[in-house]
Amino acid sequence: MTGERSRNARREVSFTVNGKPCSVAVYPMQRLLDVLRSELHLTGTKEGCGEGECGSCSVLLNDELVNSCLIPILQVEGASVCTIEGLAAEVLHPVQRAFLECGGAQCGICTPGMILATISLLRHHPAPSMAQIREGLSGNLCRCTGYIRIFQAVEQAAKTIEATGPGAAQSSFDSLDASR
Amino acid sequence: MRSLPADYEMLAPGSLAPVLELLAKEPGVWMPLAGGTELMVQYGAGKLNARKLVSIWGLPELRAIRETTEDLHIGAGCTYTDLRRHPIVAKEFPLLGDGASWTGSIANQNRGTLGGNIVNASPAADSLPALLVYEADLLLVSVRGERRVSYLGFHTGYKQTGLLADELIQTVILRRRFQGYLSYSRKVGPRNAQAISKLCMAALAKVSGRRLADIRIALGSMAPIPLRLRETERVLKGAECNEESLQAARVALEREVSPIDDIRSTRAYRIAVAGNLMEEFVRGLFPREGD
Repeated sequence: MTGERSRNARREVSFTVNGKPCSVAVYPMQRLLDVLRSELHLTGTKEGCGEGECGSCSVLLNDELVNSCLIPILQVEGASVCTIEGLAAEVLHPVQRAFLECGGAQCGICTPGMILATISLLRHHPAPSMAQIREGLSGNLCRCTGYIRIFQAVEQAAKTIEATGPGAAQSSFDSLDASR
Repeated sequence: MRSLPADYEMLAPGSLAPVLELLAKEPGVWMPLAGGTELMVQYGAGKLNARKLVSIWGLPELRAIRETTEDLHIGAGCTYTDLRRHPIVAKEFPLLGDGASWTGSIANQNRGTLGGNIVNASPAADSLPALLVYEADLLLVSVRGERRVSYLGFHTGYKQTGLLADELIQTVILRRRFQGYLSYSRKVGPRNAQAISKLCMAALAKVSGRRLADIRIALGSMAPIPLRLRETERVLKGAECNEESLQAARVALEREVSPIDDIRSTRAYRIAVAGNLMEEFVRGLFPREGD
């Protein structure tokens, strides 16, 4: 105890990140975003607004897209988290490749969140309409691209994943699922 | 100023009974936290007054949608995504599905809960007008037992509800009796997605020949609470759709709403648009020949 402000104790919280089990000693109300960046040094997840409006801090929590700035770490106990760092092992994930090839990234701050939102979208809508793409990414703000190239990247990623069948993309999905 | 995590205590008992015991032991001390789409925003901004939180996220007792032949029982901890994916919500309660789809982004819908939205009691909440026109009941639970109350009248003032300090909303109950009703919903906001409404409307009507056999209209952002337009409905019920009845309905509507000027819109704009939406809804119920 170092005075009044430290009266609540840290506690151990265990979960898996990108398929690997981890355990951190944290205050229960620490945000998942801060635990990822400061405790686990996974700085691919960005902070934009800090109030769930911009989507820069998007991660998958038990396969669902969430804003990690709004998740207290205690609610992550036993859960599975996927961040941008978990997508590419040897080769880029098809969604990452599509963003690269289509010019779907400029300054890069929104890009990890855009890519995770795209992966979430394509799981629910493997061949999304433009309306579904726009809705799926509506919580992710980009101040550089004007979105057109991002939408093109999503369309290209959907086609690549469809063409390669349960190939490259699926292997990443499987590794996520195996981590649950 | 950011909040300091060390200032906050949080428990996650994992089931309903210990949560209710905690609320009963120290009423008003423990703040239930579900998906965090409201409280974590306050926390991030250094404005969360509660220092002790109890997680109710994912409690199995609050996360199911159960149907009977008469009712749909929606666990208060169900998310907007849960609502949008449920076939009975989509088919029989489309106004609730619309409201869910307008609420925040996909990531917010994956966390935001119907019960949280009710308790947060924002007059701008997109899905609450739907609960008013469907005349939902709420099942409230505490260590003292359960009580079933009508959602009509649950909001007692700006951000005030009839929930007692030791209670949680357990279930939102909808009666499955809206076959034959036509529904209408609109959100008016500065952009399509991720925008808090300037105003929103949910409405239901049943038409019999040239007359309105039943009509129910509710509005968001037009009063300190989500508002059911009882007077406007009274004017229109049994009426034919003509200039006279629409004008009388508009007068009644303007009398019973009390919107404000704020960062999102103005009182005058809100009143004008609410009247226009009401008129569009009613006219749309009686397509003219050739339409």
